[in-house]
Order: sequence, then structure tokens, then C-alpha cells
Amino acid sequence: MTRVLRHGRVELALHRLADGTGRPLLLLHGLGERSVSEPPEWAARWAGPVLALDFTGHGSSTMPRAGGYSCEVLMGDVDTVVASEGPLTIHGRGLGAYVALLIAGARPAAVRGAILADGPGLAGGGPGPGSPRLLAVDRAAPAPPDPWALAELSLDVRPPDYATSFARQATHLSGLDSPITVAAVVRPPWLEAILDEPGVAEAPVAAALASYAAVD
Amino acid sequence: MTSTADETAITFPGARRPDRSRRVDASGVPIAVYEWGDEAAPPILLSHGGFDFAATFDLLAPLLADGGWRVVAWDQRGHGDSGHSSLYSWEADMRDAVAVMSSVATRAMPVLGHSKGGALMLELADAAPYRVSHLVNLDGLPSKVTHPDVVDRERTRLKASELSGWLDFRRQAATNQRKPGTIHELAARRGRMNPRLSQDWLRYIVTIGARQDPDGWRWKFDPLLRMGGFGPWRPQWSLTRTPGLGMPMLGMLGMVHEPMGWATQPDDVQPYLPPGARIVALEDTGHFVHVERPRVIADAVLEFLS
Repeated sequence: MTRVLRHGRVELALHRLADGTGRPLLLLHGLGERSVSEPPEWAARWAGPVLALDFTGHGSSTMPRAGGYSCEVLMGDVDTVVASEGPLTIHGRGLGAYVALLIAGARPAAVRGAILADGPGLAGGGPGPGSPRLLAVDRAAPAPPDPWALAELSLDVRPPDYATSFARQATHLSGLDSPITVAAVVRPPWLEAILDEPGVAEAPVAAALASYAAVD
Repeated sequence: MTSTADETAITFPGARRPDRSRRVDASGVPIAVYEWGDEAAPPILLSHGGFDFAATFDLLAPLLADGGWRVVAWDQRGHGDSGHSSLYSWEADMRDAVAVMSSVATRAMPVLGHSKGGALMLELADAAPYRVSHLVNLDGLPSKVTHPDVVDRERTRLKASELSGWLDFRRQAATNQRKPGTIHELAARRGRMNPRLSQDWLRYIVTIGARQDPDGWRWKFDPLLRMGGFGPWRPQWSLTRTPGLGMPMLGMLGMVHEPMGWATQPDDVQPYLPPGARIVALEDTGHFVHVERPRVIADAVLEFLS
């Protein structure tokens, strides 16, 4: 079952992969991906519903014209789900892992655990601004995913101290001991930096999920 | 709440509406472009600031046009009469600027930017030096913001409320509308952000940057846009664009701090200037240097380009 949620002028597709009772698990895909159609094996023991969101410009969500993407706007995509579904636990792949960190810091009461996993778009454009460039995309390329999303969200700057400020907020304000768990093997500078913060744990996905299932 | 026809015909001494206007398609977003002066004259591109629109140049542009230039300005996406978009970003604004440039000429041309438009043109000059022959920056050189000395935990709370405020705004964004009012009310509201600009000027600007709905005047700014920057951008990143610029550069700073400006001092930017760049500090002038002192700015620009 797929529901349509509205974020500004964008219609977001929120897929329900499995029913359940209790807090939902929300899956965030990587850059250029779309939501999976079946719940992953490691989520089989999750008691609540399993949801998956197509980010703006991906899957069945709206493809805006002329780009202008930022990870903060994708954080707004996830906040639209929070507004609709209430508190949830998040698993994010790649780009979705970075967005999961942002929303965990920005809505610390609503995000009951964020698991950061490997996936496309994990590094973004690196820790600081590179040489500026004028992007151009092939507007005739098959889409979705939106070619502007692919171009812009692989170049956005992700400063380590910006990432740690979100991790600190999650830790200070969520009331959880470890609101963020890193399951990713690859660690770009922003991810390396948050690992030094209190409240950021390292664990495989299944173990992280089991521990978040046990928190209020 | 309705206004009389007289009110819509507000004029301002020295202000001249563009001689021509047209639209440019920027990857699907219609961009409103305005021109003053002889179409055969050499072009100069004018870039307005955030929450502003091309009519901010209605005083300066005619002076440059009369000085022998084809002056081209545009409303940024979501501003003035340009199209509203689903997404907004610095990079998208920069691409829109290039689309406007390409509609005029493919060779390098002088560019002038105010405030955010100035910082945007710094970045464009770095990204595409082959498109920019001269760079004029009007009170648009960001400097390092000094954070108040607060304990870490307190800063976390401040940032948290900023973030939730931004997200709360976006939750309403689908149904947001700008607040209606009379021309006088809109000018008075704007005056709180631009305390040095006269109400006469602000009322003139309202009649261009706002539209008349049945329940009153509303700014045309996309209700999806929110004042204030957001994201990992830092002002000093903008400054790191300048030392390597190869084209001549003129910067003009308003020395009186206002809510919309960066309060940059000449000493803040001096170490970052490219060789030969000139900075002019304008005493007793606020952030909108081109509205407060159009003749002084025009003369400096015309001399710089001559």
C-alpha cells in the first residue's frame, strides 16, 4: 500500500511494506535508488509496521523541475513522514544515512533511533567546498531518479562539525543513550567525526534494531 | 483593504522602470528578465539580493544605461515575477543567472551583485571566469560571523529551536500564503527590515514586488521561501572565492549595519582581496547602497568599467 504525503509542492510516496503494531520502522534509500518493495530480512523481527519513503525526485515521488536539491530538504521529506506517522525508528542507506542523522538531530523526540548503513551517496561532496562548478544534466536521461538529484546530492558539502552538531542534539535531547548507531563499513569524514561523539554507537543492523525495539 | 488606482501608480524620483522585459527558460523555470538602455550597447548584468527583486535597481540601472550600457537584471526564481519552484538552492540560482547571461551574450561581461546577489556573482566568477569580465560587489561580501560565547549545551538548544522552526515552517508550506495588507502596510512591514529606506521608496517597490488580490496586496515572493540561510554554508566559504579571482573587482560596503546585511568591515575582507581589487567604504550608508546613493554607485561603476 502506498500513501501520498505532501511536502511543499512535492508529493511523496510512502510505501507500507509490512503491517505491525507499535512504532514504525522507516527505511530511507540511497542516492539514485528507490524504496524496496519487500521488507528486508533483517527487519523480520520488527513488531511495528515497516515503511519506506521515496525521497523527492526518486521512485514514485514528484520530480521537480530544474533542481535545487539539498539534504536539508530531504530531511524535510522525512519530517513530513514524522508529522503523519509520529515517532519512528529509521534505517538509512548512503544518502539516506546522512538524512537520518539530520532528522535525528532536528526531531530528537520523534526519532527513536537512527541506523546509518552503507549505500549510494554516503560521502556527498566531501567535508568542505571544492571548486564551484556549473552543473548541467542530461534532461533526456531516463528518470526517475531525477538527474538533478544525482548531480547535486553527490556534490553537497558535509562538514564534520556540522554533522557532529546534529549528533549532539540527538544525544542531548532524545533521552536515548545511543540515538544513533553506525552500521556502515565505509566512513567518510562526516561519519568518522560523529563516531567520536557520545551517544553514537557502532553495531550491525540487526543488533541495533533489536536495541531500538526495546526503547520507549 | 482595496487600493485605489492612484495608489498603484506610485512613482519615485529618479526611478525608471525597465525599457524592455522578457522571459528566459531556465531548465523549465520561467525567469523574468528586464533591460534598460540601448540593446546594441555592451551588456552588464545586475543581480539582486535575497527577498528582493530586480526593481531594486530602478534607480541605479537607468544611470548605468544613460552611461552607455545595456543593463540586464532578472528576478531570481521564487522572487518577483519569475516562476515559483519546488526547490531552491544557491547552485540553482547560479544556473539561472547563467541562463540569463546566455540570453544576452556568450562572451564575458561585467556583473554587479547586491548582498546575496553579490556573493552569488563571486561564486559564478570563480566557477566560470570565462563569463565574467569585471566584478562589482555591493555590500555582498560576507564575513565571519562571530558566535556569542555560549556554553556548548546552550548552543545545542539554540540550534535545535532553529531547526525545528525551519521544519515547522515547511510543514505548513503547502498551504502558506503571504499576509495581505494595503500598500502602506506592506511598506511599513518591509521598513522594519530596511529601516533606512524611505516609506516612499518602499511603497513604490510594493507596487512592483507585490500583487493586488481581492483581500489586499501580497508580496509575490514564493511562500515556500523563508528568510535566513540554512544548511552547512558558512560565510567564510564565500570569501575564499575571492583571492584567486583574475578579473578586476570593485567592492562597495555600506558602513551602517542593518538587519538584512552582513555588517562586513573593510578590514574583514582586505586579506581576501585579489590583487588590484578596490574596496570603497560608504559612511552613513546602510545595506541598500544602490538605493541610498545611486549616483555615487553609478559614477564609481562607470569609472571602474571605463
